[in-house]
Amino acid sequence: MIVKFKNWINKIISNIFKKRGDVKLGLYGPPNSGKSTLANRITSDWLGEEMSVVSAIAHETREIQMKEHVKIVKDGKELLFNLVDTPGIATRIDYEDFIKKGMSKSKAKKRAREATKGVIESIRWLDEMDAVLVVLDSSEDPYSQVNITIIGNLAARNIPVLIVANKIDLKKASMKRIEAAFPQYPIVGVSAKHGKNVDELYKMLFKVIK
Amino acid sequence: MVTLQFLPYSQVENMTGVGRIRKLLNLVKEDKIVLLQGRLHEDEEAELIKATMEEINKNFRGIELAVVNPSATDLTYMQKFRQGFTNFVLGDRQGITVIGPASVVKSIKRDPNKIELLMKNGKVKRKNGRK
Repeated sequence: MIVKFKNWINKIISNIFKKRGDVKLGLYGPPNSGKSTLANRITSDWLGEEMSVVSAIAHETREIQMKEHVKIVKDGKELLFNLVDTPGIATRIDYEDFIKKGMSKSKAKKRAREATKGVIESIRWLDEMDAVLVVLDSSEDPYSQVNITIIGNLAARNIPVLIVANKIDLKKASMKRIEAAFPQYPIVGVSAKHGKNVDELYKMLFKVIK
Repeated sequence: MVTLQFLPYSQVENMTGVGRIRKLLNLVKEDKIVLLQGRLHEDEEAELIKATMEEINKNFRGIELAVVNPSATDLTYMQKFRQGFTNFVLGDRQGITVIGPASVVKSIKRDPNKIELLMKNGKVKRKNGRK
């Protein structure tokens, strides 16, 4: 309770002294949900450059990546923020899973070690965020405890959330499943890889970041 | 053989968040599947994930975690208020939290009313919540 109150006071004080453009928009979610692909889509569209490396193997992003001064202009309105791509949050990391994907044992162990640190960093950075896009793979089961824990922690910190149902181009994708799991949150379906419906995401960002 | 250990809320209610997390992790690291009455706070769940990550090694590959709380879904505002007040006074005893070692539990599938544990040997154990 005391920690929560302290965080709340710190947040209020930092908001008072926060400069325009210091707003941090975080990308959170489980591994391989497409956070880095979405980060690249956003920075490619508005800065003309990518910010993260993407891979089919989970835990490619193992450190916090930040791109400063991303400016979105829509319908005569401007939105300025720092985009933060975070490592995927998981409850299990097994280096043997990386070996199964074709990695050598030493590389797999190193990746697993770095991935565990990445998860810890992601959770530590929750308090730094001003708004968060929770990126979920719309072809996967949304009722995982990781998703619920991330969203629950953001709600407890009063951080605005927009759920991005990514990979809507996949056959197994289901927006309805995600809407049923998180009915109290705004949700936008996109394909970050193919750029489908990202314009709608940009419009909704203006409501999330205030 | 799989061991399921039931942990009544009374056994953790006087513990600090760190103490609860330690107790749960210690049991899970003994290859037990823990059924905790009630649930952890959101920040405790996040701390549990962090603590798990700090302890991952060649013998401990992490945890599978799920909370089933069917009664929380279709409540009226008055019922939610009453439940919130009870939780504030007595702690959150609603629902059940299932935590198992990743070496034993392959995955946990859940919807608001049901949990399915897919075990490493392929057996499926079911835990139904009440509606």
